[in-house]
Amino acid sequence: MNKIPNRQAICEVLMEKAKNDKDIIVLCSDSRGSASMTPFFKAYPEQSVEVGIAEQNLVSIAAGMAHVGKKAYCFSPACFISTRSYEQAKVDVAYSNTNVKLIGISGGISYGELGMSHHSAQDIAAMTAIPNMRVYLPSDRFQTAKLIEALLKDEKPAYVRVGRNPVEDIYSEGDTPFEMDKATVLKFGDGKGKKVVITACGEMVRPSIEAAKKLEQEGISTTLLDMYCVKPFDSEALIKAADDAQLVVSVEEHAPFGGLGANVASVISANRPCRVIQRALPDDHVITGKSKAVFDHYGLNAEGIADTVRVNL
Amino acid sequence: MEKERARELSIKAMDLRRVVLEMIMKSGGGHIGGDFSVMETLVTLYFEIMNISPENKDDPDRDYFIMSKGHSVESYYAVLADKGFFDTKELIDTFSQFGSKFIGHPNNEIDGIEMNSGSLGHGLPVSVGMALACRMDKRPGRVYTVMGDGELAEGSVWEGFMAAGHYKLGNLCAVVDRNHLQISGTTEEVMTHEKLHSQVESFDWNVMEANGNSIEEMADAFNKAKTVTDRPTLIIANTIKGFGGGDVMENNVGWHHHVPNDEEYAQIVSAINRRKEAI
Repeated sequence: MNKIPNRQAICEVLMEKAKNDKDIIVLCSDSRGSASMTPFFKAYPEQSVEVGIAEQNLVSIAAGMAHVGKKAYCFSPACFISTRSYEQAKVDVAYSNTNVKLIGISGGISYGELGMSHHSAQDIAAMTAIPNMRVYLPSDRFQTAKLIEALLKDEKPAYVRVGRNPVEDIYSEGDTPFEMDKATVLKFGDGKGKKVVITACGEMVRPSIEAAKKLEQEGISTTLLDMYCVKPFDSEALIKAADDAQLVVSVEEHAPFGGLGANVASVISANRPCRVIQRALPDDHVITGKSKAVFDHYGLNAEGIADTVRVNL
Repeated sequence: MEKERARELSIKAMDLRRVVLEMIMKSGGGHIGGDFSVMETLVTLYFEIMNISPENKDDPDRDYFIMSKGHSVESYYAVLADKGFFDTKELIDTFSQFGSKFIGHPNNEIDGIEMNSGSLGHGLPVSVGMALACRMDKRPGRVYTVMGDGELAEGSVWEGFMAAGHYKLGNLCAVVDRNHLQISGTTEEVMTHEKLHSQVESFDWNVMEANGNSIEEMADAFNKAKTVTDRPTLIIANTIKGFGGGDVMENNVGWHHHVPNDEEYAQIVSAINRRKEAI
């Protein structure tokens, strides 16, 4: 089992690139430890900014620095950076079009035991609703690294959500198919018989793969879209994958409104009507527990996803 | 500052109030009271203090300005137009009209405007970021921002004060347009700022006060601020809301956002002319 969380993968990329790029700046709100960014702060103190527990300040300061030419990477728990600093993200980052990358760490229900104040089950809805804000939920550490490398090459705003815990590897050092803003397509089964499309993002990609493997044993072929790019959404990949599918399922660690599932339903209904089933967290206070137990409780695991397909296909 | 230069700029500030008035009359909306109170601050910055012009607007070594009290955009636009960033006639003709780029709050798609604002409490924290980045790169530019006094109730302003003091940003100069009025009444009725001077000083800032409707006093304050390099400076610009608009408008809370009727328009024009002649 991989022990490197996606946040650490981000740190490693930024540290490597910062060797030759003095404009890379990391900003934290007393969150450098949670963000795995302590090594960056130690190695590049002159490129590190601590603002204290002040998420509004975090994002505004980052925007100001970006306006003067810096590549600003802001790290704060997703629950805070996507809501406490929402207006700063909207006005100072997206509206002013500054080169700020907002990194929401410990996203979704990573802090499952800490209650709703620390859950970010609405960040996709909130951030995707802002014009000029891109939204990414990478699945594993290799894809996360590719994403950050790509983001370093552009000067546009983006929000990236990663979880706290390590995710079992999906890709590998030498084999990480990645095209910016294009879903990664994974196929399971022989393509004969019943066909389903599963669209997932972030930590939900891994259990979706396990579900697809189970379904393959049962003669059901799955096209799995690792839709790390929730915005801009890769509609083309979804329409193509759904072309001969009997069912489309979306899986996300998010409230049932305004997230991946909403995008999937919107694209499918406009382009190729077929049944769409959404799996997400409930519109309710999420039950307390470690994230795996919470996922299991709500069926956001391999068996739950496979069952969703079996019941609805 | 030479007396003749101060006189020249004081007259310009009155002339630009006429531009603001025409913009508001034509568009049917605008925050005229704050426009008139902040005008001398903007004219002093753009015509006496800051290293910024249409020619060097992309020079990374320029000075930076953020209009945090973005609702006073009419005065900001009028000053930028006079500075040569865009045409004054186009501004008056199109301000707030359908599809216009001259929208009712600062928009950085317009030449001369660094960042978008409008929601209060953003300008100081953004300026902190700019000042930090300029210092990191050893750039000579200074960062200026103007806030309203009602805006000081926003918590993010105090996050900015705290961070700027912590980082000892000697290249940052903030101004509070202290006209004592906001949309619902006096600042002391709504949310008091009577201790502003000592409060900000306690955040390790250099704090000065000046008559914000005096070009001479503001220029003197800005120049003194340049000599304080080990901490940020706040200039409390004591102003009169509606300054220059005469009895009908000055210190009248109803003019935060108000379009003059024909009679009021004539009174304001007359007041501006009288004030100009007295300079």
